[in-house]
Amino acid sequence: MNVDAPVTETPVTAGIKELKSRHLLGIAGLEAAEISLILDTAEAMKEIGNRAIKKVPALRGRTVVNLFFEPSTRTRTSFEIAEKRLSADTLSIATATSSVTKGESLIDTVRNIEAMSPDMIVMRHASSGAPHLLTRIGRAAVINAGDGMHEHPTQALLDAFTIREHKGRLAGLKVAIVGDLLHSRVLRSNVLLLRTMGADVCLCGPATLMPPAVGRFGVSTTSSIDEAVEGADVVMMLRIQQERMHGHFIPSLREYFALFGLTPERLRRARADVIVMHPGPMNRGVEIDSEVADGPYSVILEQVSNGVAVRMAVLYLLAGRDSAEPIDA
Amino acid sequence: MKVLLKGGRVIDPSAGRDGEFDVLIDEGRVALIDRDLPRDGCEVFELKKGWIVAPGLIDIHVHLREPGQEHKETIASGAAAAVAGGFTALACMPNTEPVNDHAGITQFILKKAAEANLARVYPIGAVSLGSKGEQLAELGEQKSAGCVAFSDDGKPVATALLMRRALEYAGMLGMPIVDHCEDPSLKADGVAHEGFYASALGLRGIPGVAESLMVERDVSLAELTGAHVHICHMSARQSLRAVRAGKERGVRVTCEVAPHHFILTDEALDGPIKYDTNLKMNPPLREGADRDAMLEGIADGTVDVIATDHAPHHADEKMVEFDRAPFGITGLETAVPLVFDRLVHAGRIGVVRAIELLSTNPARVLNLPGGSLADGSPADVVVIDPERRTTVDVARQQSKSKNTPFQGWDLRGAVAFTLVGGRVVHRLNS
Repeated sequence: MNVDAPVTETPVTAGIKELKSRHLLGIAGLEAAEISLILDTAEAMKEIGNRAIKKVPALRGRTVVNLFFEPSTRTRTSFEIAEKRLSADTLSIATATSSVTKGESLIDTVRNIEAMSPDMIVMRHASSGAPHLLTRIGRAAVINAGDGMHEHPTQALLDAFTIREHKGRLAGLKVAIVGDLLHSRVLRSNVLLLRTMGADVCLCGPATLMPPAVGRFGVSTTSSIDEAVEGADVVMMLRIQQERMHGHFIPSLREYFALFGLTPERLRRARADVIVMHPGPMNRGVEIDSEVADGPYSVILEQVSNGVAVRMAVLYLLAGRDSAEPIDA
Repeated sequence: MKVLLKGGRVIDPSAGRDGEFDVLIDEGRVALIDRDLPRDGCEVFELKKGWIVAPGLIDIHVHLREPGQEHKETIASGAAAAVAGGFTALACMPNTEPVNDHAGITQFILKKAAEANLARVYPIGAVSLGSKGEQLAELGEQKSAGCVAFSDDGKPVATALLMRRALEYAGMLGMPIVDHCEDPSLKADGVAHEGFYASALGLRGIPGVAESLMVERDVSLAELTGAHVHICHMSARQSLRAVRAGKERGVRVTCEVAPHHFILTDEALDGPIKYDTNLKMNPPLREGADRDAMLEGIADGTVDVIATDHAPHHADEKMVEFDRAPFGITGLETAVPLVFDRLVHAGRIGVVRAIELLSTNPARVLNLPGGSLADGSPADVVVIDPERRTTVDVARQQSKSKNTPFQGWDLRGAVAFTLVGGRVVHRLNS
């Protein structure tokens, strides 16, 4: 037994004990029971973060490479802390310091890293589908830490974890997601997860930033934030990605805030126990009023804390498929 | 030296011929087509019952990559791929490096094609210098050097004014403009059809109207100028509608569709290999309604030609992130099996219509010799075994590049022989 208390007393879901895939490329393909397994495991992991000694030996001897081809502070730090708390040997590579800047292809970069036998690769990349390419050439388990406009599965999982902590459930909740829907990988992962778990999702944004055929995801859409927020249990704000606006998606940030910004007045239409979320980084005064971001309904910093626990759970469960040490060993 | 093709079903839509005949070839030319011709003094090929003997197929949309991109394909390897696919002639697009915008480059291509001595190669010259859409290339000089049409394929002719002038000038020379239709601002940096699958996979979309908008523009400009515009690789249902409307009011517009656009849809991007770059081409695979419209246009006669848009790329270039991969797939060696399996055996068109789409009409659209088995014409002939089942296997293909989404497909219908000028240049191993 480890000096720390066992952490496996938390309820484990509906019979399944492991994930079907050895990679986490997206929420697409995950079943409800698998999502619940990750969230339940994250509860146990969160407890580790509250201890004086925040470390268990679960991934001892495992090598995890964090391969970030796009700038990231929050997600990369969160993964690094999660890996260290599980005792993995970790290494982070960012594009600015890698041979990618010398014109090496993704495939060659990854082949070289693979030659050093990492067990897992956590990858962030600007191209949708880049992690899928990795799984075709390598042996390591791949965790998608955000690919282009496609998915950001650990963000959706930590969002779900945070919602569940506050609401005790996901099914039947009314969730409004507001902002740049078109370019958002957070949006895609969250829609897939929330729909799988039985939440009602309403998407709100300018017509120019609405993904084509989005109705087929089983969501409702509106261009009125008042309508979206009305009666909502959760309001999730998405960042306006200023670098992607190119001048013709929205006329100005000023007008965007006037039409779509979340203000205290607008938030009053939501349920009294509403929570307000944002995956960060925030543009204060563009998509969200500071008074809301820092106000009593905001759980934005809790999301960040929970990110570590959820990523620990994902790392642990994926490593567990290749028989990681039990976290209570 | 005489060659006798004995016992096939001879189909020549240009002469309204469809029946069991022998074909006698003498001195590289079709000498006689009749029943029960004597074998004396001939090299005889005994054809099995049901085998089809047709004028050699003609692919009017091929990228041979030479000069400049010989790692993808050469004129020789492309010509070998052509005859392996039953094509006795092809028209090659000018987007080489350098762009074929001068007679010297056309002459170089023709010289290389003569050395390869396989399929006949007809160069298509650039509309504008460097295909930059600014200044007309020397179209008259290019015609004299051997070009059969003009195109800035790969890029649209972005301004209506330049397209108008190109149509007027090419019309004066009696030549068609082969038109890659795509509104550059609507296409932007899109990489997949704008629709559910692009949304789900997080890929930037290209709407169908990015194509049809320019089809409508250029049909109108062909009407204005009286010149002939040929719409390339049509993919969107709105484009078909625009071509159909143009034809109904007598505009000189013809069009082609590539096999992948009447077989595959964007749903394939979400298939077993997600983000397979061998499903990335321009125009992109579109949705079911578009694919069905192409099938309808092929069946009802609106579509004139099946052309492959054979676009070889090296494996290294394709083994990258989806949005960084070049557009295009190979097509020469899969066209006949795909057309027979998916159109003929599927009951959508008859064999005669298939030959019309692959041989008669391509010759007519670009005013090429061939597409006919008339007495005295060069004996460019394809023999097709419509029942033969084969599995697409890139390892056995002649093209230098292997970028096809059809790898591993089991298809019914195969090229048995290809003859160019009476000479057997390809024969299927049994």
